[in-house]
Amino acid sequence: MLNQKPAVRLENPAKTNDVSPPSPVQNREFDSKTVGCVTVDKPIMTTRNVDVYYGGKQAIINVSIDIAYNEVLSMIGPSGCGKSTFLRCLNRMNDTIESAHVTGKIELEGHDIYDKKTDVVTLRARVGMVFQKPNPFPKSVYENVAYGPRIHGLARNHTELDEIVQTSLLRAGLWDEVKDRLSQPGTGLSGGQQQRLCIARCIAVNPDVILMDEPCSALDPIATARIEELMDELRQNYSIVIVTHSMQQAARVSQRTAYFHLGDLIEVGETSNIFTNPQDKLTEDYLTGRFG
Amino acid sequence: MIIRGHGRLQISRFHQYYSIVSTPLLIAVLLLLTAAAFELGRRRALQVAGSEFRTLHSLPRYYGSFTALWCALPAMLLLGTWLAFEDKIITSLVVADLPATYQALSESKLNLIINDLRNQLSGNVVSQELNPAMQAAVDHYGSLRATSNAALAVVFLSVAMLGMGMAWRKIAPNFWARNRVEAIIKLLLIICSTLAIFTTIGIVLSVLFESIRFFQAVPIFDFLFGLEWSPQTAIREDQVGSSGAFGAVPLFAGTLLISVIAMLVAAPIGLTSAIYLSEYSHPRFRAIAKPLLEILAGIPTVVYGFFAALTVAPLLRDMGTNFGLDVSSESALAAGLVMGIMIIPFVSSISDDVINAVPQSLRDGSLALGSTRSEMIRKVVLPAALPGIVSGMLLAISRAIGETMIVVMAAGLAANLTVNPLEAVTTVTVQIVTLLVGDQEFDSPKTLAAFALGLMLFLVTLALNVVALYVVRKYREQYE
Repeated sequence: MLNQKPAVRLENPAKTNDVSPPSPVQNREFDSKTVGCVTVDKPIMTTRNVDVYYGGKQAIINVSIDIAYNEVLSMIGPSGCGKSTFLRCLNRMNDTIESAHVTGKIELEGHDIYDKKTDVVTLRARVGMVFQKPNPFPKSVYENVAYGPRIHGLARNHTELDEIVQTSLLRAGLWDEVKDRLSQPGTGLSGGQQQRLCIARCIAVNPDVILMDEPCSALDPIATARIEELMDELRQNYSIVIVTHSMQQAARVSQRTAYFHLGDLIEVGETSNIFTNPQDKLTEDYLTGRFG
Repeated sequence: MIIRGHGRLQISRFHQYYSIVSTPLLIAVLLLLTAAAFELGRRRALQVAGSEFRTLHSLPRYYGSFTALWCALPAMLLLGTWLAFEDKIITSLVVADLPATYQALSESKLNLIINDLRNQLSGNVVSQELNPAMQAAVDHYGSLRATSNAALAVVFLSVAMLGMGMAWRKIAPNFWARNRVEAIIKLLLIICSTLAIFTTIGIVLSVLFESIRFFQAVPIFDFLFGLEWSPQTAIREDQVGSSGAFGAVPLFAGTLLISVIAMLVAAPIGLTSAIYLSEYSHPRFRAIAKPLLEILAGIPTVVYGFFAALTVAPLLRDMGTNFGLDVSSESALAAGLVMGIMIIPFVSSISDDVINAVPQSLRDGSLALGSTRSEMIRKVVLPAALPGIVSGMLLAISRAIGETMIVVMAAGLAANLTVNPLEAVTTVTVQIVTLLVGDQEFDSPKTLAAFALGLMLFLVTLALNVVALYVVRKYREQYE
């Protein structure tokens, strides 16, 4: 019985938006059905009217949203709603998927990242990514962190490289645990440690934005808490976009939350507002656990 | 003529017994019995369970398999043992019955006589006219064989029936047929897997014993470190110029030279094509290109051989002349190049598979850090795929070392000790072939040298494998 209500609504999401309260920002210079304010004053990244197709199937429908400096933006929504796909557009990891096709405009500090002149290598150095399953390279802890700085030539000598590795591990909150085993394989660490190693590896190239694709879904609650703490610290220096299935996690770590549904960006808002007072019926149903 | 006619008569009589109970027939009967046993076992299981068929511990077909296995296996075991020992026992019985004059003969002469008896029995040409005593022995031999075969048939079939019956009687709802069948299957698997190991041990031992005989004639030191290879030994005392020199160094140098040339061709081409196919190419291109590449491995080596000898070698010689180089018409280079082409698929196909097996998550991790594709391949994918790549290379090297046909045709037979790839060289395998073809005395050092070479080759390949395993274990980056 509980499932019936949203099921009816799922078939016609556009109609849903017609009957929901008018969005606070009415006169946007771009066309968007999203409820709530998708723009911010000083964005580091802007996305406008993004569509993503896998072959003939459309996975993302006209999504526009800004990412601010020093914020954690969480993207929530039921499985298959396109939030990971959208995340992967932000550093063009979708390029590795043959059939994926992206239209619309995504800008990083005013530069179109899908422009022909954009070097995808530089882009990914500035927009780092942490994956769902910890994927440390089968190399030593040190080499894992030093990998990025090495390929980008960030260190002139060993001392500098050592410093970068130490700083990154310190920032990732892993230094104390691994400082005596830097030469041991990164794959030998525990799951939570591996994920923090991947975060350290990511921040070693000093990115502007860190994308996290369900970074805690393979971890136990203690390791999860550790990483959530870390994200709050990292926010001082980076912008973070996190995809998560845990609404509690989104509520804990993020300043803004975006709710995706079947490829549509339904609602965006301050995390505290969205969780206490969702404007859209779909968002409300999802947050109150009526489906998802 | 009369004797031969008599012999034919013997055969036909003998065949009367033999054809009834020939081994293929026995096996065919056993297969039928086994099939019947399966069905009987299955039915019995359903029958003892009655309407309560769900109370059966195992599925009915496991009871069938159990009965079938008990029918087939003991009988096959008996058949194998019987056939292994039958001939020895019959021969010793016949010899024991021969007149005392024959029994006093030396072993080799006695063997000759036994051979005659057998040939007479099966209608082949015999070396002498048979006297009555021997004729009696032939008859004795034939009747013993016939008896043995008849007995075998009886015992064989009774064992099969007995096994089936015992298994059949055991069937009950709480009988754990599935576990028994699993245990028997596991046992069969163990036997099959050890079979290959024992065969290898057997081959090594046989080569080893012949080699020891060789080293009694030629000092091992001369063989291992001698720089001259000329295996022609004098057959007569007064023969000149053929004292025989068994220094294996030129052969191993030749093998090494050609293998190195082959690997210089195959390793880079194979590895790069594997990288292209697995990392860059379109899946549709890969689906076509990979099987095409693997066809290279299916071309008979003799075809490669005349390609090397008739196309590549003259080409190299002409090119050499243009550059003012003296290239012999049979050169290590020609053989090595063509052999390199031949072993490309061993490198590329295996490397391609292991590169594909490297998890996508590692590639994503590297790309997300802003590495280029080639950085990702060099620093993440290849190190993770290293063990597989090395084993592909090893397989290729083993093929190169063991390859014979191309070298026979394109590299020549002259045992030159040289590192110049433009000269003719010879390899270990080529020499083994030339030592063993044609009419040879089997106890001369010349023939036995082949076994010593074989043993050395085996040891070299073994050492290569051990070293490679060690290297891989040391440098591999294990991703699981």
